[in-house]
Amino acid sequence: MGLPDILFYVFAALTLLCGVLVVANPFGRNPITSAMFLVLTIISMAGLFVLLHAFFLAAVQVLVYAGAVMVLFLFVIMLLDLKEEERRKIKLTGLIAGLASVGAIVVIFVRSLLATNPGKGLAEPQKVGDTATLGKILFTNYLLPFEIVSILLLVAMVGVILLSKKDLK
Amino acid sequence: MTHVGLEHYLVVSALLFALGLLGVITRRNLLVMYMSLELMLNSANLALVSFSRFNDNLNGQVMVFFIITVAAAEVAVGLALIVALYRKRQSAHVEDLTSMKY
Amino acid sequence: MKYEVLPWVILFLPLVAAGIITLFTLKNEKVSATLSVGAIVVGFLATVLCFRAFRFSPQEFTTNWLDLGTLQVDFGLRLDPLSLMMLLIVTGVGSLIHIYSIGYMKGDPAFSRFFACLSLFTFSMLGIVLANNFLQMFIFWELVGVSSYLLIGFWFEKASAADAAKKAFITNRLGDFGFILGILMIFAIVGSLSFTTIEGEYTKAPLHPLGGISSIGEDSNAISVWGLSIAGLLIFCGAVGKSAQFPLHVWLPDAMEGPTPVSALIHAATMVAAGVYMLCRVFFIFTAFDLTVIAWIGGFTALLAALIAVQQNDIKRILAYSTLSQLGYMVMGVGLAAPEAGMFHLTTHAFFKALLFLGAGSVIHAMHHEQDIWKMGALAKKMPVTYWTFMVGTLALAGIWPMSGFFSKDAILAAAHHHSAPLFVLGVSVAALTTFYMFRLVFVAFLGSERTHEAGHAHESPGVMVWPLRILAVASIVGGVIGVEALFGGMFKPNAEHAHGLSAQLVYPFKHAPVAACSGLAAFAVGLFAAWKLYANAKTDPLPAKLGWLSRAMASRFYFDEIYEATVIRAHDLIATIADWIDRWIVEGFCLGLVRGGTDLTGRALRLVQTGNLQTYAFLFVLGVAVVLWFVLGK
Repeated sequence: MGLPDILFYVFAALTLLCGVLVVANPFGRNPITSAMFLVLTIISMAGLFVLLHAFFLAAVQVLVYAGAVMVLFLFVIMLLDLKEEERRKIKLTGLIAGLASVGAIVVIFVRSLLATNPGKGLAEPQKVGDTATLGKILFTNYLLPFEIVSILLLVAMVGVILLSKKDLK
Repeated sequence: MTHVGLEHYLVVSALLFALGLLGVITRRNLLVMYMSLELMLNSANLALVSFSRFNDNLNGQVMVFFIITVAAAEVAVGLALIVALYRKRQSAHVEDLTSMKY
Repeated sequence: MKYEVLPWVILFLPLVAAGIITLFTLKNEKVSATLSVGAIVVGFLATVLCFRAFRFSPQEFTTNWLDLGTLQVDFGLRLDPLSLMMLLIVTGVGSLIHIYSIGYMKGDPAFSRFFACLSLFTFSMLGIVLANNFLQMFIFWELVGVSSYLLIGFWFEKASAADAAKKAFITNRLGDFGFILGILMIFAIVGSLSFTTIEGEYTKAPLHPLGGISSIGEDSNAISVWGLSIAGLLIFCGAVGKSAQFPLHVWLPDAMEGPTPVSALIHAATMVAAGVYMLCRVFFIFTAFDLTVIAWIGGFTALLAALIAVQQNDIKRILAYSTLSQLGYMVMGVGLAAPEAGMFHLTTHAFFKALLFLGAGSVIHAMHHEQDIWKMGALAKKMPVTYWTFMVGTLALAGIWPMSGFFSKDAILAAAHHHSAPLFVLGVSVAALTTFYMFRLVFVAFLGSERTHEAGHAHESPGVMVWPLRILAVASIVGGVIGVEALFGGMFKPNAEHAHGLSAQLVYPFKHAPVAACSGLAAFAVGLFAAWKLYANAKTDPLPAKLGWLSRAMASRFYFDEIYEATVIRAHDLIATIADWIDRWIVEGFCLGLVRGGTDLTGRALRLVQTGNLQTYAFLFVLGVAVVLWFVLGK
């Protein structure tokens, strides 16, 4: 068992743990806590990406997701100035139903996964995840989606500005 | 522990997805719900990258690239909506937002 | 000269006139009258041309109309002596009545509507005459019923007129129900609806000695005489309804609520004759049994109507019952296997009955719409032309030589004498009664002294009303000797001998069937004497005192309407109430309620899903995804 495998287990465990802490926060119901743990989750996922030889994506993940998106989240949380979420009665039936349905999905996934036996026999390929190759594909095969996504970002920006105006004249 | 293969990554992705789903269904603070949604997106990204790695196909990574971009835009717009909603209703609690009830 | 187009012109011109009047010229009285009268006069002229062209060579003009595999129906116009003669009557007498109406209906606010309805009626009647298959005849049969409804109920603001129109239509409907059943039976037997085809099938069958067929088809699948009899009787039902035979005679007297030209046209000359015409047209389908039934029903109707007429006091009612009685004669003639006699009487009856009705209309017009004969009197001096033409009509109806009525009535009496003694006696008695009540009418209304103020101030009607009377009077006088009998005889009994030439025709009855002729004349004498004795200078009616309850029964039309009301109408109301209950409670309440309640409940149940709560929706979403995944990824 080499270092990559150990690292995998470490990062995987970290991701899952932080994921749980995002959702079910025992340290108080403050959304700030959830946000912090989400940041940690994202960073561990970046580590997983590195293990998968997707270096560019790992960088992008940290830069964009952790750096921009989560900051945005924190800005909004601060802006809304939420007090501690009042303790409303937890609907037990809702909780049980939710756990049951999600559990069902997980069980279906994992069982079908283990039944098909994907991983055995797949060797690790040689040249994958090269940033240069990725860039080449991005600017030749996927040029059109690239440009469209840039327009999408513009549109989103305009929309956000419009939506958050104090009074819409 | 065996040699790490595709299915390990996929199991992680599935569990992460389930966690995000649970958060969406269970938590009643709008912002935490939204964060769980981001968690689900991330799990999809993980799955795509691992498939790309194990099938020697860079298209998966390109797709993740686009997903991250679009997710960023989506978060921006969604948060703007939440801000506008909070201004109107003074509450970020999902149970107060039931005006579409029959 | 393209004679082929003439039948179509004759048929459709009145329809075009009716359409134009209804759509465009309702306000313009002059144009409406011109269109309507013009259509029928042109039709008459065209008929004369056709008569000359096709008299000896029957023709059919057809276009294919319905083609449904086993059912082939043409729209066809048939010209043979029967239909040509009927066409002449319809268009000829009809033209005179149209012209008469211009004067009679003057000043009526719905003048144009009257002419539109008249033209529609003309179209429908011509359709019946010209039809060459059962389906077409039935369609026009019904159209005639509708037109007569429109015309009887012309003054529909009066409740009695509207009721009379409904009564006529519904009673006709009852007859038509039997008619269509008969048509269906014949179609099942023969497989075709065209008259020529049916006649071909039937004439291959052996004949009964007394007339009529006895069976049809080969021995193995021969249709028995009973099946054929039933088909014939059902067809006769149509004639019972349309020609007002017993028991469906109740509509004709009430139909006098319509304007007098309508009574003249429809209920004297044409529509009621349609039944007799139809019987003659399909005479070949009747078995001996059918003919017996037809003859007796005709005879009974004649007697019943004559008895009722003896005690009626409304001038139009007397004439209506007289029509009923004469129709009974015609039907009896057909039933005695003498359709040519029936058609002959139909022709002459058209002339003198139309004359009598138009004369009555002239009287009513002069008396300012008073119709009770006991309020008239001494009109002969005030309205001479009307009086003399009315007298001609009465003599023709009573059947004195050499009037037309004598020859036609004698033909029927001769057939009765030949076939069946009881019917002969019945026919002679009815002839006596006919003379009696008609001369009662003449003595009371025209002769004697005036009974009321209006009678003293009556004056002759305008020319447009009087000229048709004159023309019809001439027709009533000469109608018996212009060769009509020979024409019909040639069609139905080509092997028998017929009289030709004026002098031969004048003495023909005395040579051919002297008993019948003399009995007819004797009946006339008896009736005239009785009427003169009782009514010559009567101030009031002497009969009720002499006859007591019989007179009351006659005056109340033998209580037929009351009997029908108590039995048939009550049963009908009961069925209608039951049907209403079923519709209201079972269909509407139960079935619809089930659907309505069910939909309501389902809607309410489904509505509960819309909680408005985001997480509920998300949860349902997840549930759905789980189910789908379970199916897709396997168990």
